[in-house]
Amino acid sequence: MPQITFIEHDGTIHEIAVVNGTTIMEAAIDNGVPGIDADCGGQCACATCHVFIKGDWAAKISARSEMEETMLELAERVTEFSRLACQIPMADVLDGLSVQLPEAQH
Amino acid sequence: MSASTPSIDVGDIFPDPYSIPLDQICMNQSRLFQNNVHGEYFRRLRNEDPVHYCAESEVGPFWSITKFDDIVKIDSNHKQFSSEPSIGIGNQAADFTTPMFIAMDPPKHDVQRKAATPGVAPARLADLEGLIRERAGKILDDLPAGEEFNWVDRVSIELTTQMLATLFDFPFEDRHLLTKWSDVTTNVDMFVSEEKIQERRTILRECLTYFTRLWHERANQPPKFDFISLMAHNPDTKDMIDNPMELLGNLILLIVGGNDTTRNSISAGIVGLNQNPQEYDKLLADPTLIPNMVSEIIRWQTPLAYMRRTAKEDVEFQGKLIKKGDKVVMWYVSGNRDETKIENADALLIDRARARQHMSFGFGIHRCMGNRVGEMQVRVLWEEILKRFERIEMVRDPIRVNSSFVMGYSEVMVRTIAKDQH
Repeated sequence: MPQITFIEHDGTIHEIAVVNGTTIMEAAIDNGVPGIDADCGGQCACATCHVFIKGDWAAKISARSEMEETMLELAERVTEFSRLACQIPMADVLDGLSVQLPEAQH
Repeated sequence: MSASTPSIDVGDIFPDPYSIPLDQICMNQSRLFQNNVHGEYFRRLRNEDPVHYCAESEVGPFWSITKFDDIVKIDSNHKQFSSEPSIGIGNQAADFTTPMFIAMDPPKHDVQRKAATPGVAPARLADLEGLIRERAGKILDDLPAGEEFNWVDRVSIELTTQMLATLFDFPFEDRHLLTKWSDVTTNVDMFVSEEKIQERRTILRECLTYFTRLWHERANQPPKFDFISLMAHNPDTKDMIDNPMELLGNLILLIVGGNDTTRNSISAGIVGLNQNPQEYDKLLADPTLIPNMVSEIIRWQTPLAYMRRTAKEDVEFQGKLIKKGDKVVMWYVSGNRDETKIENADALLIDRARARQHMSFGFGIHRCMGNRVGEMQVRVLWEEILKRFERIEMVRDPIRVNSSFVMGYSEVMVRTIAKDQH
């Protein structure tokens, strides 16, 4: 199974093996990684699973949909590395993915 | 924002929802909500006709969307379902229209919302938490011991009005005006006669006059994080002062949005825990449940029952044809009771799993902007309550407000039981 690393805002690291197809939002929630709320349950409708994709990984993930772009407008301190974790399903090509969590969700 | 009066005079006796022909069920009757009997009507709609058309009502025909997932679909589809001209079920008076960003579509909505957002963004929470804690403590310490009193007036309104004054940097000694303007906006009694309608407008014009003065002051001062300063200094909103009705609309939005909702979540906590004493026991045994409890109370209460959209084109939805121009009402108060989505949905369970997954804040681009400040106020208040009181005991049934929009309480009579009395 591909591995993902979540880095909390305070630097705490969580390394998790994730079944392909599981979104990285679900991976965080299912493994008790704090910092992601996912209030809408993964429907790209609340922007409370805002994360930052580390380094070169951003280029390996499919681009933001129009709705994801729109919902990211609701998040705080958005950068070019910002994504909604519910929109990123895990896959073999993402093995080793590193994700930074924000200080807070809005 | 507006509410409606009952279209059928049912007296104080409400018919069994299953005794009414399905096509005659119409949910824009404020007295169903005031008497807390709306739940069974919505249960029937969710089971038998989840996308329901009411052909005749005093505000004209409208669709009711009653299931959780359907509401999420409509709420996040702003391309086909517009928030203009109004998010209330009624029809706006042509001679008193108050545009506000909750009732606008992109791109205008986006820039106005963005201008105000920093006033309630997570980055501000740390600044506000200490202040809220200090005020909550003072309000609780001043409560009369051994007497019955109305929790709504003494605590819910007082704490939220103080916070609202801070969010606007509004003169603190005049803060009762914010409560007055908020209440006059949503109170259905202000719509019952021409005289009342004019009185309401006069009061709202006072609100505009007051804030116009504040706006000019703030525009001439360095930028700060209160709503008025934020809007007065933002290039996208600084000219709003030249469009007084749009300024008034946005003021109303920010006042009501920050007031009724949190106020009624605070009152609902007292009502809910007293009606479910086993939940009160759980809370006392484990105060770390407070954050989860706050989400659960906000779901259980659903402080705003619905938001309305208007179809921008013909849309086939769950086998029904919603026509261009039709009113579409998303009943959050029903979606939050959808048994197919939320297990044991009628119950208040303060340790409920995934309590955050409720729809009281709405979804999509109009999702509640002040949700984090609201949650924080309710959380901090409960932390301070538990430090001081064994229980807040509700001494009789609460009185609910007469509205199909605001799910609130005008009276929650209580007495406090101090820790040392136990």
